[in-house]
Amino acid sequence: MFEILSEPFFQRALLAGLAIASVAGPVGCFIVWRRMAYFGETLAHSGLFGVGLGLLLGFSLTLGAVTSGIAVALLLMLLKRQRVLATDTLLGILSHSFLALGIVTVGLVTGAAGDHMDLLFGDILTVTWADVAIVWAGGAAVLLILGLLWRDLIAMSVHEELAAAEGVKTRRVELGFVLLIALMTAISMKIVGLLLITALLVIPAAAARRLAGSPEAMALAAAGLACIAVVSGLLLSAFANAITGPAIVLSAGLLFVLTLLRPQAN
Amino acid sequence: MLKVANAILSARDASLVIGGRTILDRVNLDIRPNEIVTVIGPNGAGKSTLVRCLLGLQPLTSGEIIRSKGLRVGYVPQRFPQTLNVPLDVRRLLSLTLKPAEDEIDAVLSETGIPHLKDASVSRLSGGELQRALLARALLRKPELLVLDEPVQAVDFMGEARMYELISKVRRSHGCGILMVSHDLHMVMAESDHVVCLNGHVCCEGGPATVQQDPEFAKLFGPSAARMIAAYTHNHDHDHDSHDHHHHDHDHPHRH
Repeated sequence: MFEILSEPFFQRALLAGLAIASVAGPVGCFIVWRRMAYFGETLAHSGLFGVGLGLLLGFSLTLGAVTSGIAVALLLMLLKRQRVLATDTLLGILSHSFLALGIVTVGLVTGAAGDHMDLLFGDILTVTWADVAIVWAGGAAVLLILGLLWRDLIAMSVHEELAAAEGVKTRRVELGFVLLIALMTAISMKIVGLLLITALLVIPAAAARRLAGSPEAMALAAAGLACIAVVSGLLLSAFANAITGPAIVLSAGLLFVLTLLRPQAN
Repeated sequence: MLKVANAILSARDASLVIGGRTILDRVNLDIRPNEIVTVIGPNGAGKSTLVRCLLGLQPLTSGEIIRSKGLRVGYVPQRFPQTLNVPLDVRRLLSLTLKPAEDEIDAVLSETGIPHLKDASVSRLSGGELQRALLARALLRKPELLVLDEPVQAVDFMGEARMYELISKVRRSHGCGILMVSHDLHMVMAESDHVVCLNGHVCCEGGPATVQQDPEFAKLFGPSAARMIAAYTHNHDHDHDSHDHHHHDHDHPHRH
């Protein structure tokens, strides 16, 4: 049964997946704490547009996804200042418009019958060593930014105005956080796909909430749960022939259900 | 305009217009050291917005906010989520943006009457306990000015009286100025030095007794409000001790 572990394609998948999971856990905690699940999803969806532009104009797809994520986040900040529509309405507009725009742009390159499944649901079993290197380097960058912003971000997650009144530079921290999520989206695109990234961010963090009594414990627990989800998703896909991205998300969902059986800590 | 002598925080003709709607209209306000200034007004009068402007969280359309140099402010905001998403104990809540020593934390928690809740999860606190924890948090900054936005929200009626007692005790022991916002009239009056009645603009202001008799005040809150306040100021020292199991002893000595 375990000879699959000696297959290089499986080793690469495991290395890339565990890196994504270890980063998605802590980042996902902030998404849960700050009630930004829909925001994360909007950034992920907008990534497809960046990929389309990258394909069309011939630059790096990762760079394309990061750039379009940041552009959409800035656009959202501008629209929010108008105070005409509620934020969730704005997110609904941006999220689906950019998803459609992305599908159309990618379609210009691959043809109307083109296959977007890889981008939307990920294809972890075909990652190359170069992909693994990008995921590890990008993941390290995300963790570094997160570490620098950690204290300020926690204060802002508890109460943003209070943090601002006590001297936290909230706008600067917010920009850093947006950059971090855009980067996170771009590197996980190939692993779990743009449609399922939010799931890998939100579900392990939500499951960890019940197990932890401090922010740091919750971040570690979320990383651990996400790693378990990646490994069991890969095994599920190898032995039950399930599509890998959804298999990982399903495993995370199952883990969440399991944590419901345990009484709330703290 | 002249700067009022020794005011630590002032608003001068502070105006704020958002989307064509005037939220604040040429508001003037001064807080001096060791003085309790209370801002009252109906819902939507711009009370919390004024506080946010005074704290520098919201830029004005015109006018200015004058802060004495290096003013240390302790802030207790109006809306604090009862159920926090972040897992946090009280100790950690107090050290979010400061790094207080353990004995400083113990001292402020004793002062606010919740020394036993240091390791309690913030999401398990009652409304009154949460307000006390937030007050303790503000005191850790050794404030010259405490800003309390609706300090008795989510606190039951008897808890309210205790909370106001605690606030006036804090003023005496810390010698700080207090800016308090409230929509609830009967309690605030007894301790305030200066009351500002706000409804977009300053309707009337002065000592509690003056404001109650002002026709503008009656217009804003109805004539029965003034009678209610008068009743409260006479009766506010009745028995407070039969309620609220957590806070038996308020009067332990401060450890400073």
